[in-house]
Amino acid sequence: MIRLPEPKQAVMARREEIIADLRRLVPGGPLGEAVIGEPLRLKPYETDGLSAYRQPPLAVVLPQTTEEVAAVLRYCHRNGIRVIPRGAGTSLSGGALPLADAVVIGLMRMNRILEVDYENRLAVVEAGVTNLGITNHVAGDGFFYAPDPSSQLACMIGGNVNMNSGGAHCLKYGVTANNLLGLKLVTIEGEILEVGGSHLDAAGYDWMGLLTGSEGQLAIITEVTVRILRAAEGQRAMLAAFKGTEIAGAAVDAIIGSGIIPVALEFMDKPCIHACEAFAHAGYPLDAEALLIIEVEGSTEEQDMLLGKLKDICSRFDPISLKVAQTAEESMAIWKGRKGAFGAVGRISPDYLCMDGTIPTSELPHVLKRIGEMSTQYGLQVANVFHAGDGNLHPLIMFDANDPESFRRAEAFGADILKLCVEVGGCLTGEHGVGVEKRDLMNVQFTRDELRLQRAIKGAFDPDWLLNPAKVFPLEDNPGLQQAA
Amino acid sequence: MSGQVLTPASEADLAAAIAAASGAGEPLAIEGNGTRRALLRPVQAARTLSTRGLSGITLYRPQELIISARAGTPLPEIESALAEKGQHLIAEPPALSALFGAERPPTIGGLVSTNLSGPRRITGGAMRDHVMGIRAVTGTGEVFRSGGRVLKNVTGLDLCKLLTGAYGTLGVLTEVTLRVLPAPAASGTLAVRVADLAAGVRVLSAGLCSPFGVSGAALLPQGTQDGTAGRPGPLALLRIEDFAESVDYRIGRLRADLAAMGEVSRIEHEESRALWAAVREAGPLGAAPEEAVWRVSVKPTAGPSVAAAAGLDKVLLDWGGGLVWLAGPATPEAHARVVAAAGAAGGSFTLFRAPEPLRAAVAVLPEEPAPLAAIGRRVKAVLDPKGILNPGRMRAGC
Repeated sequence: MIRLPEPKQAVMARREEIIADLRRLVPGGPLGEAVIGEPLRLKPYETDGLSAYRQPPLAVVLPQTTEEVAAVLRYCHRNGIRVIPRGAGTSLSGGALPLADAVVIGLMRMNRILEVDYENRLAVVEAGVTNLGITNHVAGDGFFYAPDPSSQLACMIGGNVNMNSGGAHCLKYGVTANNLLGLKLVTIEGEILEVGGSHLDAAGYDWMGLLTGSEGQLAIITEVTVRILRAAEGQRAMLAAFKGTEIAGAAVDAIIGSGIIPVALEFMDKPCIHACEAFAHAGYPLDAEALLIIEVEGSTEEQDMLLGKLKDICSRFDPISLKVAQTAEESMAIWKGRKGAFGAVGRISPDYLCMDGTIPTSELPHVLKRIGEMSTQYGLQVANVFHAGDGNLHPLIMFDANDPESFRRAEAFGADILKLCVEVGGCLTGEHGVGVEKRDLMNVQFTRDELRLQRAIKGAFDPDWLLNPAKVFPLEDNPGLQQAA
Repeated sequence: MSGQVLTPASEADLAAAIAAASGAGEPLAIEGNGTRRALLRPVQAARTLSTRGLSGITLYRPQELIISARAGTPLPEIESALAEKGQHLIAEPPALSALFGAERPPTIGGLVSTNLSGPRRITGGAMRDHVMGIRAVTGTGEVFRSGGRVLKNVTGLDLCKLLTGAYGTLGVLTEVTLRVLPAPAASGTLAVRVADLAAGVRVLSAGLCSPFGVSGAALLPQGTQDGTAGRPGPLALLRIEDFAESVDYRIGRLRADLAAMGEVSRIEHEESRALWAAVREAGPLGAAPEEAVWRVSVKPTAGPSVAAAAGLDKVLLDWGGGLVWLAGPATPEAHARVVAAAGAAGGSFTLFRAPEPLRAAVAVLPEEPAPLAAIGRRVKAVLDPKGILNPGRMRAGC
């Protein structure tokens, strides 16, 4: 289990007074009460997408404006109160896990789309707008917001920025960091700042780049200017099934080597194929060891041309089956199984842990072999989905949460997979963030001195370690946090 | 240039040199091949530390779209290694040899440190978008890494982005890992003759708002002057790069869409490439050697008004109109007009090239609000506590 810092007794003792003060700072309004203090009503905020960890906060504040966020932060800073920013609470790494002495600042009421400017291809949105909400807002005009994490229906853009979220289409469109123009943020001192803007590449230090993926360690982001893109004329998928993971891996290499950059290139291993097929009946071949879903964009003729080339390439690797969608409906059928992968695994196992390491794509066969060996060793099943274009591997480790021993083994298995990712030249997390989940593995990836530098940079933004503390950086060797406690 | 030049041949030697300078409190000018020495503010330092002794590609995996090289590796070496495998640098970074009169090619470390991107930036991303990993040395001589060699990575704070574009003031890059892409098989350009800059930006917006994957959108107020092209301006240019079949198809569709906006002509493959190489280097700006050059970034539709407000004759627009190159007299008055124009449009500016007295006397970048500047000083104090790395390069006094 993960260790959390001792609550500050001085803060805990002032609980009622703090809640009253917060109510004065954020009175609510048409949406009703904006400060939650009753234990029962704090319950929904005690965890996030990593539900194995639970801790109710001291209070929850739901501001509606950047100025209210600033007022709360000024107050918390002055009173030495820890702060946990929260969007939709979909973090799979425990990024929004509260502390007993912390105030959760929930940004879900800041959900307005402030500006859409097609000519300049940008949208200004508040942090609590959902990822899909942006695309839905502009889709009627043929535009979209590119990063599409699987939680896109629920997850919010503020959280996407903090986790530098990706999705299935990063190979072509990049991750969140590549699709931002500007941020409005509030420092722990309550200063409202803007970095970037509606233009590209503001001169000076790249604060926007540093803030992206910073997991709420540096500031609270309240507004985001995103790039919106005109959608291609159309897209279509194909499915290729192979006799071995090495063969599928070689096919991926050949595709990239051909000069084609598909918009998506997804890989599933045998356990995942079986789980998805049983769930979605997408027509996946059950005798395949590995399956690729490849999607291309363009006009119908361009799709035909690219899919023809891809089919030729895949044919060289002795495929069990090749299926090129002829229509949008057939494309959706191919995607149906993959998009339901997490739900499919949830159906065959009471609980699963979704890991998120990234590996150099050429290491895939080796890594899958080692994961298979670990699966036997730990006595736990695992299914692998892999964004083959960008190296992001999502092993789903199945366990039973009612059995503490099973959970303990699942966590140890997951840690071993992530260590393996680092060992082969990859990293601990591609898009879910370090959070609390991978915090204690950070010393596998970084040296003590490298972590000291990163902590010091956090300290430059948040000298008293009040912003989302106990995440990202291991607790030991952490003067900032010990001093604060 | 500052007096003695140190050219350590290894990262360890470079770190030792910085540690020694740090111990002595001695400032160092940091550079690769020094091609951009005249960019931003002059550095006051008795000695220069160059990374050009750290050279060579350390890892190239074409099928993973990843290349790593020591910071001092010359750009042509990287470009030819990539070309051999049919790949290229995505951001199309300019060499700027003509603009700065440099005799040597830029180094890859210099390209990352200055984060300057070419025409493809508008849809392909900036240099900083493709920096997957770095090795660097702090101002106390400590070696550190950030990122890695994979596209998706949110493990720890992204110091790659912090150091990219920091002009060596937060650490000296010793190795960079970049994402690369297959070089498109074909390239084609549509040139639309327009009445004025505003009409030109409307053409560029129409192209960028089309579903045809435009990868370059520039506006030449004077048209193209060189070679056989000889098209009078103002000329809006839209580029499409892809497989030949796709380029033909999309150029055809786009041409039909743009027909009502002005006289459209198609510029073919080789000429198209030469034209965009010139735009990348700001060649069509036609800056005279004694003139100052500014680079302003605003939202694309604000480009024409910035050009008008700056009141300078020499203009070149790229990035759909949002990148405004300006050239004119190297005077504080002209600089003040450019700064005011960029500020009024809510954008950013760089005094890109100017004689040393002007660069030393004015703010060459926009000032930051006080709380952000304070954070900047604290971050600088973490990575370079003695302030010895390129002091004064970006802003006076830090």
